[in-house]
Amino acid sequence: MIDTKRRTLLKGSLSAGALGAAMGAGLLTPGSLLAAWNAGAFSAKDPATALKALLGTDLHEPSDALHIRAPEIAENAAKVRITVETEIEGVKTITIVAPGNQVPLIATFELGDKADAFVVAEIKMAQTGDVVAIAQTADALYSAAKPVQVSEAGC
Amino acid sequence: MSNIRIRAEANGGKTTVAALITHPMETGLRQDAESGDTIPAHFIKELVCRWKDEIVLNAQWSGGVSQNPYLSFRFHGGEPGDAIEIAWTDNLGQTGAGTATIR
Repeated sequence: MIDTKRRTLLKGSLSAGALGAAMGAGLLTPGSLLAAWNAGAFSAKDPATALKALLGTDLHEPSDALHIRAPEIAENAAKVRITVETEIEGVKTITIVAPGNQVPLIATFELGDKADAFVVAEIKMAQTGDVVAIAQTADALYSAAKPVQVSEAGC
Repeated sequence: MSNIRIRAEANGGKTTVAALITHPMETGLRQDAESGDTIPAHFIKELVCRWKDEIVLNAQWSGGVSQNPYLSFRFHGGEPGDAIEIAWTDNLGQTGAGTATIR
């Protein structure tokens, strides 16, 4: 309870620059900076449950303005490079999901004010299937999917 | 036990950052081929990237991110000589951090 309040305060002070000062002094580690790691979302066994826990809804609209790049055939399923980029304005977070994995939620990136809506990451894939990118704005979730073929499970 | 290699390049008013982090990224779902024992989970959960006093990117990860994670991102601003810092915390409470100078 107290901890939750403290996080809210920390988040609130982000824009005011107080947090920056604290970080500059080397007082904070990532664990205390972030909205805490979302245990519910990361323990979900299906993408819908994960997205609801992480982003509040699993309703997402496919968008041609959201681009996901991945190899058609993964040489190494334990290291599949995924690039996500979008022209959509006001993107706050980018999330990568592999629906065929035991833990479908792979990564979520919260973009600071200066960050472009662009991330590259490498992920493990348990089986052939889609990799899905979700871009969150203040109003909606947009999605794009790319099928990736794997020959041997990378998990 | 861990280190981070970071490359940051300014170009046309933007800075592109690429990082390679040494970390086992064990999901906790794999079994040891010989003993059959489950290999305990050991993966980075949270990561933060800063430029000056500003947070450029925050990440939350599962063990589904590859071993020795690669990460790249881009932001508006940054000049040669500025510092970039990346810090992480894993599920065992271990932490790591690295810095680089923008070229």
